[in-house]
Amino acid sequence: MKEIEFFVDLIFVNAKGWCLDLLGHFLPDWTVVLVSIIISAVVIMVLGPLVMMYLTLLERKVIGRIQNRYGPNRVGKWGLLQPIADGIKMFTKEDIVPAQADKIIHFLAPVIIVIPALMVFLVVPFGERMTAVNLNIGLLYFIAVSSITTIPIFMGSWASRNKYSLLGGMRTAAQMISYEVPMTLSVVPVIMMSQSLSTNTIVMTQAGDMDLHWFVFTPWGLVGFVIFFLCAVAECNRPPFDLPEAESELVAGFHTEYSGMKFALFYMAEYMNAFTLCGIATTLFLGGWQGPLFPSWLWFFGKTFLLICVMIWFRGTFPRFRVDQLMGFAWKFLLPLTLINIPVAALWFFVPEQLAWIYSVPILAVSLWGLVKLNRSFVPEKRIYPLAD
Amino acid sequence: METLELFVRIGIYTLMALVLVFALGVVTLRNLFHCALCLAAVLIGTAMLYVGLRADFLAAVQILIYVGAVMTLVIFVIMLTEHLGEKSIRQNNRQSPAAVISLSGIVVLLAALLLRTPWPVTDKALQAKASVMALGKALMGTYAFPFEVISVILIACLIGAIAIAKKDLPGEDVS
Repeated sequence: MKEIEFFVDLIFVNAKGWCLDLLGHFLPDWTVVLVSIIISAVVIMVLGPLVMMYLTLLERKVIGRIQNRYGPNRVGKWGLLQPIADGIKMFTKEDIVPAQADKIIHFLAPVIIVIPALMVFLVVPFGERMTAVNLNIGLLYFIAVSSITTIPIFMGSWASRNKYSLLGGMRTAAQMISYEVPMTLSVVPVIMMSQSLSTNTIVMTQAGDMDLHWFVFTPWGLVGFVIFFLCAVAECNRPPFDLPEAESELVAGFHTEYSGMKFALFYMAEYMNAFTLCGIATTLFLGGWQGPLFPSWLWFFGKTFLLICVMIWFRGTFPRFRVDQLMGFAWKFLLPLTLINIPVAALWFFVPEQLAWIYSVPILAVSLWGLVKLNRSFVPEKRIYPLAD
Repeated sequence: METLELFVRIGIYTLMALVLVFALGVVTLRNLFHCALCLAAVLIGTAMLYVGLRADFLAAVQILIYVGAVMTLVIFVIMLTEHLGEKSIRQNNRQSPAAVISLSGIVVLLAALLLRTPWPVTDKALQAKASVMALGKALMGTYAFPFEVISVILIACLIGAIAIAKKDLPGEDVS
């Protein structure tokens, strides 16, 4: 029984090792190293778009059910071939470039935005021994690479020569810079606990008995997880934080002037980012691939898709934020809470467990209550319009 | 393995050349936005060179701070001054000759320094791996004082920025 479980657990790892062994018989050493890199790269490059294709289907299906309709169900059984039909449509559409646009940058933006979205896949631990590159600064790499995403969005919005695009770009910049701060800080307790920046080690430290020693089951972990997840939703510009592409105000924001495959690339980057951010949230707080009974990769994908379903659920239920609410939420609510969360985690590290529960729960509860009180919006009885006269 | 090493060598030199090309682009291109993008490319290229030199942490921090934050700020400023992005602005003024002379002076000085410094390649230096933990301990232990001084300076900057950007109250004298 144990052996079968072990075999299923490492099935992909073993498959790769077997391929390399086979090649090693009749190829020189250095090509085997190259082939090993190429196999990982190809798997990631196929996985990214594949995940994106079926995420769109999942999203349309779930949103459909939330809105009391069926969603796509004509192409293939249960609409399973719908993403392929969409892909063909995208490829055959006319590619329109505005006359006044900065042609080169207009072309480069959608190409460049996919690169960081694919690069972050490298450090996501998909299962036991299934991290493409086990960097010892994995988490920092993830945060750094995903912060590049703002620049291609800027490029696209500026090069389109369109007011809506430019406004969308500006909003993206403001939003992404703001939400990056609490997101990075909410990760700090996890780094403190696992004493490592490597995504693999972080998952390993969450093993415990029954493999259920996940960080989310501690007070600081729960708070950190909620903050990280909210920031992740904001980082990939999904509702209710989708102000950069708010269709009721800005047409489509930064990708207003894009059509066909270029638009699809923007879309692809967005969905791949959603997937990797959920994957990293799983890794950091939900124990990654740790879990009893099932093989590790099943656990990872199960948890990640659960988080993605929560994102879709958000989209189906919440109205969009206003710009000032969006900024206020990041700077006045999430940021102080993360700053409180860090010393609480430090306390947890040095104090025995029961005592730590007694300390940390009231501290976090009181600070949460205080922040909610302080953030209550002030509505004056008589409205004053200082710029009206 | 020698073949692999050759590939790596070629890759690093190509990267260096690319960084230089983009660096030239930063100072010669007419469109300010293009210059900013070239600068971003230069910074990313430098980070990749760091990776080549096995300084992963430095590379990640370089991208996080320079590309993620500073470049975004630069581009933001350019977007706010849209007309600068439209026109091709003049690239030299009366101070150009003086700048060229002083800069070449600096280049000569730096080159002389670089050539004179002996760069000792010891086994110990080659094996040394700058771990994040060691770095953190150094920052919190040996270099705690400079670290704190920098933090105080940054806080002062932040407070100053808020004081400048603060909306004036209706009754307050604006002067």
